[in-house]
Amino acid sequence: MVSVRRSILSPFLMLVVLLSATPASAVDEFIEINPFLKKIPLAIPAFKPLSEGALALETSDEAVQLMAETLQFTGYFNILDKGAYLEDPRASGITDASINYRNWTVIGAELLITGGVRRTDEAVEMELRLFDTFKGQSVIGKRYRGSPKDTRRIVRKFASEVVFFLTGNQGYFNSEIAFVSTGTGNKEIYIAEFDGRNPAQFTRTKNITLSPAWSPDAQWLAYTAYPKNRPFLYIKHRHHKRGYEIGNKGLNITPAWLPQANPSASLDDMRLAATLSFTGDQEIYLLTGKGKIIKRLTKSWGSDVSPTWSPDGKKFAFVSNRSGNPHIYVKDLDSGRVDRLTFQGRYNTQPSWSPKGDKLAYAGMEGSRNDIFVIGFSGRPPVQLTRDAGNNESPCWSPDGSMIVFSSNREGRSRIYVMTAFGTDQRRLLTLPGEQTNPQWSPNKHLN
Amino acid sequence: MQRKLWMVLALLLLVPGLMLFTSCAQQSAVDQDTTQKTTPPADTGSTTGSDDLQADAAKRAAEQAMNQFINEHIYFDFDSAALSAMAQATLKNKAAWLNANPGVMVTIEGHCDERGTNEYNLALGERRAMSAQAYLVDLGISASRLSTISYGEERPLDNRSTEEAWAKNRRGQFKLK
Repeated sequence: MVSVRRSILSPFLMLVVLLSATPASAVDEFIEINPFLKKIPLAIPAFKPLSEGALALETSDEAVQLMAETLQFTGYFNILDKGAYLEDPRASGITDASINYRNWTVIGAELLITGGVRRTDEAVEMELRLFDTFKGQSVIGKRYRGSPKDTRRIVRKFASEVVFFLTGNQGYFNSEIAFVSTGTGNKEIYIAEFDGRNPAQFTRTKNITLSPAWSPDAQWLAYTAYPKNRPFLYIKHRHHKRGYEIGNKGLNITPAWLPQANPSASLDDMRLAATLSFTGDQEIYLLTGKGKIIKRLTKSWGSDVSPTWSPDGKKFAFVSNRSGNPHIYVKDLDSGRVDRLTFQGRYNTQPSWSPKGDKLAYAGMEGSRNDIFVIGFSGRPPVQLTRDAGNNESPCWSPDGSMIVFSSNREGRSRIYVMTAFGTDQRRLLTLPGEQTNPQWSPNKHLN
Repeated sequence: MQRKLWMVLALLLLVPGLMLFTSCAQQSAVDQDTTQKTTPPADTGSTTGSDDLQADAAKRAAEQAMNQFINEHIYFDFDSAALSAMAQATLKNKAAWLNANPGVMVTIEGHCDERGTNEYNLALGERRAMSAQAYLVDLGISASRLSTISYGEERPLDNRSTEEAWAKNRRGQFKLK
């Protein structure tokens, strides 16, 4: 365990040494190291069928493929080419006793995952292990049982264990991504699994539908839609047909749920911020989960839109044009103080507060194109994550803060993309008819 | 007869000028009277001529005026809800037509180009619609006849990504209810 953690940290240690030689002003702040730059070499050889028959073999092959794809998605690993493997655990065995660690270290693997699959018509059982090849020991060993359709859930559960072992965080393998797609000819909200699998249409407003926002328990989605030809807010249950409509005069837009300490809070106890303009001025208000106005949160002539909460719920960032152009501001609820956060550029919108609380992602426009930026709260300039690749909008963090989902038209039509929080490993998540925009990553539900 | 025609023409020219320079409260009454007398399309029932040709012409003119009201948009600069001189001139024509057609209710739609981001553009679109509404109210049109709605960047007139298309899409549009 220690050796694996050290292998991730080694670039960090190197940089600290380098920095100590530079002038003090350059080291007065915490330097964060991109853990995605040095990917951990991971071997995932074919899983071993532990029962007779074609079904066990089929499930083994499916599971090993899913495991590789799931862990590859995180950006932490370099999954070694199967052709280089010197040992076949299908033949030699999947347990500590049967593994010759030299066979793995010699090809550069620092981690090894083995799997065994027992399969009947009604059930699937998997033994999954993670080994530290340099230490020569097993670090995680788990046995899972489920119905045959649980294969992916089992793989994701073990992948969560692996990611937790490395990062101390559960990851996002049981999360979803809501987004807007124009496939039907109208903008409707769709929901896919975190990796883009199984996209399904969620709304049927047959009109403009925008700005999906997940409740903290991932049970409710708030969004703006025009089914009555007015921009109303809707709060709809993820699975049931229950819902609420917020239809004040003027705008009812850009909902953002307040983070919730109590995971079983009812909708009445949940809170969301949204922009309403019934007074003739566009201000951000605090509402109950059912849309009742509690109080106004901003007070400034002009547009105040797109709130995003700090994880502790004590602050929120938002977009305001109070200085003439749209910029991002932060309001501290205790002190009432409002500070401008962005000074670079002339058009900064769509803030998304990171789950760790230390940064904001946003879209900044240069010329006629938006790009994704990340900014901290220390006064340092923002870091640009997308560049020379079309128009990039709507950044939103994964629930563990390790990745950012966004939309881009770099390949023609607008699609949903993901990248690591440092901007590396940018790739398309899915392709559907029409154009896809406005992605929002759900909280991670606990896998059980 | 000749003299009367000149008077009518003079009034037609005077009306927009009046609307520019006099205060709103008194304005609306004066405007309504004069425009109803002087603008044939608004007033088909009391035209002096009684033959069909003249009625047809009046009807056509009324239709034309209405179409112009609906199809003539006002345009905005990027990320701005300020009314240009041209937008103000267009709004004065619209006020004249609204004065001549007192029963008409109008929805003012605010639209944006695709370059900004959806959410901020919804807000910007509303500010555009509201500045047009405020201007018409200043010209004496009752606020109760004018509602606003923002479509942000969601309903472009021109789908291309060119300066020309963007300029066309940054607009206020007028719909009869």
